[in-house]
Amino acid sequence: MRLYEMTAAELSRRLQSREVSSAEVVRSFLERIDEVDPYLRAFITRTPDLALKSAGEIDSRRMRGETLHPLAGVPIAVKDNISTLALRTTCASRILENYIPPFDATVVAALKKAGMPILGKTNLDEFAMGSSTENSAFFPTRNPWDPGRVPGGSSGGSVVAVATGMAPLALGSDTGGSIRQPASLCGVTGLRPTYGRVSRYGLVAFASSLDQIGTVSTTALDGALLMNLIAGYDPLDSTSLPEEVPDYRAGLEPGLEKLRVGLIRYGRVDGFDPEVTEAVNKAASMLEEHGAKVGEVSLPLTDYGLSAYYLIAPSEASSNLGRYDGVRYGFCADGDSIEAMFSRTRGEGFGAEVKRRIMIGTYALSAGYYDAYYLKAMKVRTLIRRDYEKAFKKFDLLLGAASPTPAFKLGEKTEDPLQMYLSDVCNITDSLAGVPSLAVPGGFHSSGLPLGLQLTARPMQEKLLLKTGRFFEEQRAEYPLRPSLDFLEERGGGYEI
Amino acid sequence: MPFDFGKEVDHVARLARLSLEEDEKERMAGQLSDILKTARRIQELDTTGIEPTSHVTERPAVLREDRVRPSLPLDKALRNAPRREKGFVKVPRITVSEQDQK
Amino acid sequence: MKYEIIIGLEIHLELLTASKLFCGCSTAFGREPNTNCCPVCLGLPGSLPVFNRRAIELAVTAALALNSEIRLWSRFDRKNYFYPDLPKAYQVSQYDQPLARGGYLEVDVAVGKRRINLERVHLEEEAGKLVHAGDSIIGSGYSLVDYNRAGIPLLEIVTAPEMHSGREARLFLEDLRTVLLYAGVSDCKMEEGSLRCDANISLRPEGSSILGTKAEVKNMNSFRSVELALDYEVQRQEKVLSGGGSVVQETCHWDEENKQTITLRGKEGSSDYRYFPEPDLLPLVLENTFVEDLGRSLPELPSERRERLREQYGLEKEEAFLLTANRELGDFFEKAAKAYPVYDNLFNWVQGDLLYQLRENDKKVEEIDPNLLAGLLQLLDEGSINRPVAKELLAEMVQSGADPKEMVRERGLERISGRDRLLPLVEQVIAENPEAVENYRQGKNKALAFLVGKVMAATKGRADPAELNRLLKEKI
Repeated sequence: MRLYEMTAAELSRRLQSREVSSAEVVRSFLERIDEVDPYLRAFITRTPDLALKSAGEIDSRRMRGETLHPLAGVPIAVKDNISTLALRTTCASRILENYIPPFDATVVAALKKAGMPILGKTNLDEFAMGSSTENSAFFPTRNPWDPGRVPGGSSGGSVVAVATGMAPLALGSDTGGSIRQPASLCGVTGLRPTYGRVSRYGLVAFASSLDQIGTVSTTALDGALLMNLIAGYDPLDSTSLPEEVPDYRAGLEPGLEKLRVGLIRYGRVDGFDPEVTEAVNKAASMLEEHGAKVGEVSLPLTDYGLSAYYLIAPSEASSNLGRYDGVRYGFCADGDSIEAMFSRTRGEGFGAEVKRRIMIGTYALSAGYYDAYYLKAMKVRTLIRRDYEKAFKKFDLLLGAASPTPAFKLGEKTEDPLQMYLSDVCNITDSLAGVPSLAVPGGFHSSGLPLGLQLTARPMQEKLLLKTGRFFEEQRAEYPLRPSLDFLEERGGGYEI
Repeated sequence: MPFDFGKEVDHVARLARLSLEEDEKERMAGQLSDILKTARRIQELDTTGIEPTSHVTERPAVLREDRVRPSLPLDKALRNAPRREKGFVKVPRITVSEQDQK
Repeated sequence: MKYEIIIGLEIHLELLTASKLFCGCSTAFGREPNTNCCPVCLGLPGSLPVFNRRAIELAVTAALALNSEIRLWSRFDRKNYFYPDLPKAYQVSQYDQPLARGGYLEVDVAVGKRRINLERVHLEEEAGKLVHAGDSIIGSGYSLVDYNRAGIPLLEIVTAPEMHSGREARLFLEDLRTVLLYAGVSDCKMEEGSLRCDANISLRPEGSSILGTKAEVKNMNSFRSVELALDYEVQRQEKVLSGGGSVVQETCHWDEENKQTITLRGKEGSSDYRYFPEPDLLPLVLENTFVEDLGRSLPELPSERRERLREQYGLEKEEAFLLTANRELGDFFEKAAKAYPVYDNLFNWVQGDLLYQLRENDKKVEEIDPNLLAGLLQLLDEGSINRPVAKELLAEMVQSGADPKEMVRERGLERISGRDRLLPLVEQVIAENPEAVENYRQGKNKALAFLVGKVMAATKGRADPAELNRLLKEKI
């Protein structure tokens, strides 16, 4: 087994026992990136030199006998909407194409302190707005299970990097499903933590009351290791939760007795691939066979939730993106007056989806419409939270799909924004409620594409999610799932971009 | 009665400082009409007496001590600024009517 | 047609915190541009705000000093607009759930007191500063932005539209400034921009209950400018209305140089700020004890102090006013009064010679030791020194902080008095100045003063002029 095929937990063990050096580990991933990324385009910026330098430092410190963090020397990829000091952070937008932050996001500082080499910054939908990574201003990322299809979004790059062994771990961000939906489309594990569990300081804001940084990994244990590092109170983030961080690895051993699981009946059923429903049902049966009590739970407000989300998120985004005016940083268009400069900079610098959302958000907040749109949506959000509180009185865990369909084709939904928005139908209400949610592989579609399950728990119950994720891993014959990447042999097949 | 965003496009684009080409405007008007039509479904729900959620975190604000911390050195603060002069950020002329809106 | 003038003011005040409202950058004035900045106050992507406790304390203190009702629960909102000095393209402010509502200030006007009510007091953040190439924003080719000021905590005070003249507005502002200085929340320096004022003014026919269209007046850089600008606006609006026209709702920019308002013909309709609750900041929840403690530690405010000074020291209204216009002057007076309880005399010396000497020597009253003045006045009362010497010693005391008692001792400035000592000198002067003596006998009183002066000179200024007067008259 090659180093790049190993999990972070396994690499950590070998690094700590000095069977292997961090430099060797990093080199293995760098070679893998060289091999695979020209076709899949998961990375916007690759940083091989920095990664090797970091690896070398860790190796020296380990040789000197220093006690290091368990993840020291294990490399990681970082979504390009998370600020990295002196390393360009583009958010996949022309407007930040050459923006170089003078500070690290809190989570990045944690990665560096632990000694994790950063392999590069991964591709995303521009400003995290999208469900396919096709909205990147630079290039789309391709699904490794079928390069003619999308990897999902917005954290497409991070997910593909982990799915193909270009990185053992990655950081993503999730606002309305941006970690969970792509994780499900690519066969990896993606965690959206409780709102406030992981610091947002340094995460370029899309929708402030919904954004969270989360983990992308191939196993629940790896997710737990990474959560141990990045979760916790940050005095720089006023919405950060002060509760102590548990050891997320604890409780990963099996044992589902007494677990009450609610199988979600969504408010609407159309748009769901029947094999997805089947996979979720099978998962429910598996849980039942192993001692869990499974019942049904309805979340009747799901499609109202979609509507509310598509008012709340763009509204907050329209405000968060006001700062991109060409004055202090970023792309700046010519203009003989300040107004012309503002409008041209933003008109030319932002992509179509971003502009659409800014328009919706501006409208929903504007005088005369605020009450009917934004305020109303906030009230609907309260109703949805109540639905969850009711559900969690009867159940400890909610089980559903992480995406209504497997991966769709590139270009299939780009002309119809509403169709694209429906990709998030399973994920959005969790975000609105602020509860933690985990996507784990749930089998395969008959086409060979992965399907994903979504597990949702009460606030601060990430441990339970990871434990259940681990359970499902153990039911599989083969784990982690690895795409064959057959297309790499067909280089003449026109997959190069 | 179909919802027509076309009339609103110019006003909203101006509020948002987004310059749009004519064909962009047209396309957007249609797309936004559709999206908003769907979004308006929330009007169907009865929310009488429901408090809006502006924060899912139900706690009071965090307060920090009034202590001065080092600022960014000038070159770091302005590193990404497209136009600079003598330590200031430089911008094109501002008309009086623009100042008026403050 | 007689018009009633309706004026409301909007005051912005920079609070005296060491660091900014949402970040740890220094609030110090006068630094090199863009050197007091960080990702938060520059609004860099990914930055987030965190409240400064001291700013909240000062805001609550100010609101209490203004008799406002503190809301234990208040919320912050985003006010969205585009302008180069606004780093995030929104200002974090308080829109519909401000920190304090209501309140009032009792302003001393010629005929007693007038209570001016306040509508609200709230907290928000300051924007950066624009410097325009050329003298003003009008016709400038480009502008320069300094973000040092961005993020400094700002208190906004909105008055009810209850003032009726430029003069009233000025008096209100002066009293407001005094109260806020006493409360220690701001240094209130209009010249440094730590206090700013915008005004809304409208006219309506006397007796009408419908408010007229208001004009907003901005860019007034001193209290005097406020008065002038409002007076000008009254005239301008009167002219418009009398001519049968109607006032347009607009913003007027005060042109200090040409003493006129320039109307900025902006876009139709007012700005749409798209206010919504700030998601990055949780609601501000204050404990009752927090507010009570701040209330208890409020210093005695000007109007209270005035009452007390009048009672305690038997001062007249204007006298009490003088001593409260400047808190330090009042402190000085009270400290000196402890050592020298002859209040009326003390007051005269403070109001007269002391203030004069402070001005002449460019000193602040806080730099002077009140016990020194008390000592000086005691010497005078005892008769150890005479008035002219006392005045000289006061001057030196202010200049160098020297102790009058010591100076008297060192230089032998004791008063010379008593017939035995003075008579010989008097007789000598009479003998030496026969012409003057003759002139006086002829009825020219000035000659007496001349002779007094001569004896004074002979005593090196240490005789009591009044005594000399008597002796000379006796002898002549």
